[in-house]
Amino acid sequence: MAAIYILWLRELKRYVRSRVQIVVSLGQPTLYLLALGFGFGPVFQKAGQGNYLQFMAPGVVGMTVLFSSVFSGIAMLFDRQFGFLKETLVAPVPRIYIMIGRTLGGATVAMIQGGLILIFCLIAGFRPQHWFAIPAAYLFVAMIAIVFAALGTSIGSVIQDMQGFQLVMNFLVLPIFFLSGALYPLTNLPKVMTWITHADPLAYGVDGLRGVLISTWKFGFQMDLMVLTILAVVFLSAGAWLFSRIQL
Amino acid sequence: MIRVDNLSKTFDKFTAVKGISFEVGQGEIFAFLGPNGAGKTTTIKMLTTLLKPTSGTVELDGLDPWKKQNEARQRFGIVFQDPSLDAEQTAYENMELHGVLYHVPRKVRTIRIEQLLKTFELWERKDDYVKTFSGGMKRRLEIARGFLHTPKILFLDEPTLGLDPQSRNQLWTHVKNLNAAEKTTVFLTTHYMDEADRVAHRIAIMDHGTIVAQGTSAQLKEQTGKESLEGAFLALTGTSLRDEAASSKDQMRQFAAAFRGNRGGR
Repeated sequence: MAAIYILWLRELKRYVRSRVQIVVSLGQPTLYLLALGFGFGPVFQKAGQGNYLQFMAPGVVGMTVLFSSVFSGIAMLFDRQFGFLKETLVAPVPRIYIMIGRTLGGATVAMIQGGLILIFCLIAGFRPQHWFAIPAAYLFVAMIAIVFAALGTSIGSVIQDMQGFQLVMNFLVLPIFFLSGALYPLTNLPKVMTWITHADPLAYGVDGLRGVLISTWKFGFQMDLMVLTILAVVFLSAGAWLFSRIQL
Repeated sequence: MIRVDNLSKTFDKFTAVKGISFEVGQGEIFAFLGPNGAGKTTTIKMLTTLLKPTSGTVELDGLDPWKKQNEARQRFGIVFQDPSLDAEQTAYENMELHGVLYHVPRKVRTIRIEQLLKTFELWERKDDYVKTFSGGMKRRLEIARGFLHTPKILFLDEPTLGLDPQSRNQLWTHVKNLNAAEKTTVFLTTHYMDEADRVAHRIAIMDHGTIVAQGTSAQLKEQTGKESLEGAFLALTGTSLRDEAASSKDQMRQFAAAFRGNRGGR
């Protein structure tokens, strides 16, 4: 347990200490929120869908958590490159503890980022259906964070270079974001697209957030939670297995 | 303390280590020498549970490090060829993290961290981030960290690479003192023959994946009829240059550094 704690704490310290990074990593979602939120607002309104900012704010929260958590896992690449990973790999602690500590640390950081961007959304004019919806939304923030931090750890255990990292960002993380329904409703899409979006893990996270915050559901509370829980178990197991197999 | 029998490692088609055998006794300082690409680091990785041997057996303090990983890991410390510190944490935090991972009880931890940081002349800088340290200071910190959990064996893989003569001299003095005080078995690799000559009780010379000679420095000199260990080393391993395959890794480092810079310097 102490090993899990100290590695969790490390991730948190690294986050809190890099103030520039906090600002930088919140910049992108803020840009989406302001540029797209206000930019597409009139079109969305004309289409009879209501206030776009209300619609996309939960999606932007989901996006922030996605990027932050996947990145924390893949940041293992840097630990591999700068050598610190070796220190933990030869430690007399089961690898699974190391993996869990890292993953939970990354997930915690992602949850903080998600919380900060939610505050931004509120400042920008987003209003949840009820203030009590915010703690409930946090349940989904946590689920998204764990699912994708575990996915990040799995990927981070496998890829060894920057090319691999770019590949993952462009062909996995960005599609996960764009096909999640964070920016547009997942209704009346072409059939193929519907299938793809249904296979997107983040779609369930965004749906959960949106449902809890503004009462717009697609899959429903139980379905969202079930899918995310199963994925969390799958990715954590995969991550633990892949991490335990790392050889240098 | 270390027993290696017929150890081999094959990567795809390339055999890096070809059935080597040796023993290191308790409290001994054992130097493992060889040109670049001889298989030294691969051997250390197999001894320290980072790489699975293709065949052969390893025993550390009577344990098979691949079967009893955590028990074996508790018994050794290692200073890698490349840095393995967390540059974004302070010297003290690096020590603390190591102590926790190696199950050093809090009280012992506090005392030992202070004692080791003082020995390695880092106590005044304990609350500074490692990224502000010079190469020599980082090395000293890594070695101090290696001793923290009172390992029975300490592996040092080219610990003095890139250090100035002062730092190297001081570093070996500390290692020798701690070896004497704590009876730690030391297994080291280096390219500096004078260092091996000075600190090692026994030396093995490796080339092309096999051990070509082992014994005390005097024995090796006698065997080859040379006056210096360097002369003996060259007589045993030849004078041709060896290829190094590190360029892709160096490229990667630069890329990673640039990437981190973009994100605002993690």
